Amino acid sequence: MTRNEKNRETLERLAPGPASPAVINWEYSASLESTDHVSIAPRHNLFIGGRFVEPHSKKWFSTINPATEEELSKVAEGDAEDVDRAVREARRAYEKSWRKLSGTERAKYIFRIARLIQEKSRALAVVETMNGGKPIKESRDIDIPLAAAHFFYYAGWADKLEYAFPNRNVSPIGVAAQIIPWNFPLLMAAWKIAPALAAGNTVVLKPAETTPLTSLMLAEIIQEAGLPPGVVNIVTGGPAAGAALSSHPGVDKIAFTGSTEVGKRIERAVAGTGKRLTLELGGKAPNIVFEDAPLDQAVEGIVNGIYFNQGHVCCAGSRLFVQESVAEPVLRKLRQRIGTLRVGNPLDKNTDVGAINSQAQLDKIRELVQSGTDEGAEIFQSSCSLPQRGFWFPPTFFSGVAQSSRIAQEEIFGPVLSVLTFRTPEEAIERANNTPYGLSAGVWTEKGSRILKMAQKLRAGVIWANTYNKFDPTSPFGGFKESGFGREGGLHGLAPYVMLS
Amino acid sequence: MVNYSLLMARLNVRKTYKLYINGEFPRTESGRYYPIHTATGGELLANACRGSRKDLRNAVQAARKAFPAWSGKTAYNRGQILYRIAEVCESRAAELAREIQLLGSSASEAAKEVSRTIDRWVYYAGWSDKYPQLFGSVNPVAGPYYNFTVPEPTGVVGVVGPETPALLGLVSRIAPALVGGNTVVAITSESRPLPSITLGEVFATSDIPAGVVNLISGIKNELVPWLASHMDVNAIDTTGVDESELAALEKAAAENVKRLVRFDAAAIGWDDARRSQSPYAIAEFQEMKTVWHPMGM
Repeated sequence: MTRNEKNRETLERLAPGPASPAVINWEYSASLESTDHVSIAPRHNLFIGGRFVEPHSKKWFSTINPATEEELSKVAEGDAEDVDRAVREARRAYEKSWRKLSGTERAKYIFRIARLIQEKSRALAVVETMNGGKPIKESRDIDIPLAAAHFFYYAGWADKLEYAFPNRNVSPIGVAAQIIPWNFPLLMAAWKIAPALAAGNTVVLKPAETTPLTSLMLAEIIQEAGLPPGVVNIVTGGPAAGAALSSHPGVDKIAFTGSTEVGKRIERAVAGTGKRLTLELGGKAPNIVFEDAPLDQAVEGIVNGIYFNQGHVCCAGSRLFVQESVAEPVLRKLRQRIGTLRVGNPLDKNTDVGAINSQAQLDKIRELVQSGTDEGAEIFQSSCSLPQRGFWFPPTFFSGVAQSSRIAQEEIFGPVLSVLTFRTPEEAIERANNTPYGLSAGVWTEKGSRILKMAQKLRAGVIWANTYNKFDPTSPFGGFKESGFGREGGLHGLAPYVMLS
Repeated sequence: MVNYSLLMARLNVRKTYKLYINGEFPRTESGRYYPIHTATGGELLANACRGSRKDLRNAVQAARKAFPAWSGKTAYNRGQILYRIAEVCESRAAELAREIQLLGSSASEAAKEVSRTIDRWVYYAGWSDKYPQLFGSVNPVAGPYYNFTVPEPTGVVGVVGPETPALLGLVSRIAPALVGGNTVVAITSESRPLPSITLGEVFATSDIPAGVVNLISGIKNELVPWLASHMDVNAIDTTGVDESELAALEKAAAENVKRLVRFDAAAIGWDDARRSQSPYAIAEFQEMKTVWHPMGM
């Protein structure tokens, strides 16, 4: 069977009725992003005190490409000793150089970082995709440009801090410990490092275990930018290194992005220490489609909301609430659209959905999907073919989901959507808010006044109206309730990194 | 022989100090009390309610129920209600001062504490329709969106009042939470609860809706852990918690990712006009919400 025939058959099954030739006529050839300009060293050390140093453990762990399961490099396994060394270097740099530097000078260093990221953007995008599994079009067009933009934005704040906090003296906090997740590796590093440096703090960053490579490229950039040694330190490793960092007594401030479970663990570890803390945790965001919404646009938004970055997004629109009157056409269009999503080689420029980040995450997704079926929801999965090697999960959604079921309550962090229906706006609000999370929400309607009312009533930190998963360095991001506290981005993103007196 | 002078003297009517929950003055459901004596003579002043975990739960329930309406009021309205509290405080100034004095302050200290308390209500009343302008923003995103950030109340806030100044300290912490649209469950000073309970009478005769603010007196060790671990309390102000108790309390608070707020009274004191009251205290009980509104023809 040719690809076209297979497609037609799939479409006939998903969306019975007269097929539009424009829809079925797809035959893609591979369009691979070139990797020949990128060389990944076979082994990476820790970045401490401005130099790349061997880990105390003298151990290096393998970091792989989740799309092929092939090893990309070996990365230093940092432990408590290394964390201690990094914190001491960060302290020294804070006392000796960084805090004494004028805001103008700090700004220029940070601007340099932004520029260097732009210069090396393609290499960063390729490595991000190889190490994390995300489609190259996302790392190229979203992750890397936004990372540069974040540095550029906060660079400008460094010498203007007194305007951000009226009637207060602003000073840095000291050494910031920053622990970031694997879903947007370089972008999360930028979200953390840029405001910390702008406010005059020094940093020890721990990248996620599965995606260390672009953080280490950032270390090179920081070296190239000529930052004083120790201002930024990067310690790779596993949960032990993270725990050592979040409980290190020499740290003044902790910023964590990751799961709510680990966030709670960190809040407990920090209890009674007086350390400053910000948490950006999980979510189970409602994406609410009203009957008057432009449905085709909404379907694009639903797809972007949950399948962007394989659903490895804390703010993913993982609970779709559709007004009952349009549920049938929305689901029909959704089925059809999912059938056209290209799942496969993340380095292919046409790929829509890349590889699941790790075997562990794939297992978690499978387990929760199984629970959805067990609890009686109806599953729909794209019939796309998946590569033989690597970690993959087809775009999936469940309909007929009960509010109480696990797939409606727990964060799946994968390309799996739960569809629920509602009748009145009040019901949508009530049910949308009915989780311990409150990170983000989406609203789809043509009515501007309804957008604003819904935005007011939804208990979430970010509300997207007729769009989803948009980010900008000027736009504060962060959660209500168990999705964490503190904001990243914008003027509000400075507050976690300053002391006011 | 009958002592006629004793018979003819009017017996004063003592006040029963109770809890303030959901706009009412119930006794503690536990039926327990603890005695409050004058600071000087050791004379019994009152049998204060020794509040229980169940009282706290009832208070949290009332606060949660009151939250949508209180946070939904207009800023102007909330400002007026806080101002009204100042008015009623003023008319009860003598009683509040007498209670503070009986519990150990000098007359002039007591009068000063009450004046500052009233002024604090006025101060925060005036912020109601201004702090959103100070802390909100319009964000110049790179795209066709009108992107703005507004502060919104965190929800139900637990406040542990300091031992002293019992009244000013408590009001300094609950006023910024209230003006920002939060509802409050407060634990009063353990050793000096009386003026705080009288504050409940102020609330009851002001226009603040039932459940918006609730006051529990009692033994802090019996109450604070339950407030800290309560899953429907969104933030806790630990100003009145001893340093030594802080770690355990903050650990319990992590269970639902509570916001932790603590005013450094030891360093700042309660009289610093710039730092013991400020809009930043309001912001500590606010969540920033960012909205991406589409723009197009």
